[in-house]
Amino acid sequence: MTHFIVLGVFQGNDLSPATRSAVAAVEGYGEVSLFIPDISKSVEAPTGISKLYTVEASETEHIASTLGAWIQKEMPDAVPIAGADTWGKNLMPRLAALLDREQVSDVIQIHDLKTFTRPIYAGNAFETVVYKNTPCITVRPTAFPVEKPEVKAQKPEILPLVKAERAVEMISPASPKAGDKPDLLQAEVVVTGGRAFGSQENFQLLEGLATRLGAAIGATRAAVDAGYVPNDYQIGQTGKIVGPRLYIGFGLSGAIQHVAGIKDAKTIVAINKDPEAPIFKVADYGLVGDIFDIIPKMQAYLEKS
Amino acid sequence: MALKQILVPIKVTIDYQVRVRVRSDGKGVETEGVKMAVNPFDEIALEAAIQLREAEHASSVHILTIGPKSNEEGLRHGLALGADTAQLIETEGQRLSPRQVAKILKAEVQEKKADLVIMGKQAIDDDANQTGQMLAGFLEWPQATFASKIDLKAKDKLHVTREVDGGLEEVSLSLPAVVTTDLRLNTPRFASLPNIMKARQKPLEHKLLSDFKDVDLTPAFEVQKVTPPPVRGPAKMVEDVETLMKEIGL
Ligand SMILES: Cc1cc2nc3c(=O)[nH]c(=O)nc-3n(C[C@H](O)[C@H](O)[C@H](O)COP(=O)(O)OP(=O)(O)OC[C@H]3O[C@@H](n4cnc5c(N)ncnc54)[C@H](O)[C@@H]3O)c2cc1C
Repeated sequence: MTHFIVLGVFQGNDLSPATRSAVAAVEGYGEVSLFIPDISKSVEAPTGISKLYTVEASETEHIASTLGAWIQKEMPDAVPIAGADTWGKNLMPRLAALLDREQVSDVIQIHDLKTFTRPIYAGNAFETVVYKNTPCITVRPTAFPVEKPEVKAQKPEILPLVKAERAVEMISPASPKAGDKPDLLQAEVVVTGGRAFGSQENFQLLEGLATRLGAAIGATRAAVDAGYVPNDYQIGQTGKIVGPRLYIGFGLSGAIQHVAGIKDAKTIVAINKDPEAPIFKVADYGLVGDIFDIIPKMQAYLEKS
Repeated sequence: MALKQILVPIKVTIDYQVRVRVRSDGKGVETEGVKMAVNPFDEIALEAAIQLREAEHASSVHILTIGPKSNEEGLRHGLALGADTAQLIETEGQRLSPRQVAKILKAEVQEKKADLVIMGKQAIDDDANQTGQMLAGFLEWPQATFASKIDLKAKDKLHVTREVDGGLEEVSLSLPAVVTTDLRLNTPRFASLPNIMKARQKPLEHKLLSDFKDVDLTPAFEVQKVTPPPVRGPAKMVEDVETLMKEIGL
């Protein structure tokens, strides 16, 4: 039986959505263990997890060296798997190198442990590849959606620390978004703004609407580059991949690099003043109009109903 | 000078503005007569390396690519942008895995005695986002991926701001190291005509894939099929906000 080791992280008090997707992707295919770095006490892990492991380190280099040494020694046939969030993208290839294995990234379908389908060219094609040997795997979270799993408290086993010769030192970590705003990767509704907003102030218009809808707010690269919102709002080929029930795009053109991040949305709605905007070619519903006119009207409609 | 040699691996891919089409045999995408260009992330990596050299933090910038002979054009472009030396490692149509590429890069880093590698975080063809991290793993160097800011702090210390899902984080790493670039690190310059002329005189070294005897180059995978994505749209156009809200159940 294949033994999978899910490389996971916490986000707040829960497993990150990408971690949960990685668990979901392989549940039922074999034994599934979970590795979470730098935890000292018992944590709530999905009930399907057979064992929980940790290491007393948070640096990618030390984590990879520890996992590499341990897997080689204790379970040389185990298959490491992670969600393709920035954490998994950063760690997994380094571990694959230390294990001298291939990696398959951003998988959307696992046919068997050598055959996978994944998007290429910003999702403009899907490629099915057959590996000679089972590779390390990262999965695209939206392809393996999960509700919150049932959990039980598990005590982690601490792996013997193997330090890399040199590692990065953290100067200042990313500060998690304040308050109770929904997470882009988990939200049922995502409203997204593009270059059309013209300023940081104008971008705030989306806040009111988002609150009404319980939506998370996303942005195009152009909106992030222009400084309307921070980088973690970016959706697309090089940003986040979202898969909400409803996505509404305001004042964005629908460049392939942006659309790459929204194709897993159940319904795509686009608002643009240009009837020829490419976003209308991939959306489900479109409305031609000025965002500064439409947004207040939407808000008024929601307040009324 | 803090750094002797910065190595910037580059990949030549289909230009990012081209609408990619799946080939009718279902084994790949159309490349015949399609505009090729240096992967945008790699141009950003090269710009970062050139800026370090211009600030006299580095003596020279070496670019290299692994690919067919036609990739020379991409290297000439890199030389015109300001790289000092270039190298083509010629393939004959093989598709290498990121692991194989990283092994070749490791050999080149050691031969050139590079003390910093700056490279794109991903190539816009297969979007794998692996090679830089694998190279760092093989070399056992520290890695700072998805960089939106790079500062040389001391002779052998880099501060890097990383774009991660939770926002921005700042890390410090000792050299030698591998840094991979995100889009907001810089805006690459354009090549001027005099520099394009000058680039023709700059050294462009050749090697063959078969020169790398220690790297196992047997194909790591086989492409079973390539398919177009499911079609979406075009949108059903509605006249006003009320109709829209009703259609989408709000
Ligand atoms: C390698 C690479 C990776 C990239 N990755 C990403 C990525 O991950 N995510 C991403 O988003 N982009 C990405 N991009 C950038 C992408 O190509 C586009 O440049 C970007 O998405 C455009 O953003 P936009 O739609 O907001 O701006 P624009 O393309 O400028 O579109 C603005 C739109 O707003 C409309 N408009 C203007 N005013 C109004 C108004 N008052 N009311 C209504 N409509 C209005 C206009 O008609 C226009 O269609 C990437 C590019 C490259 C090269």
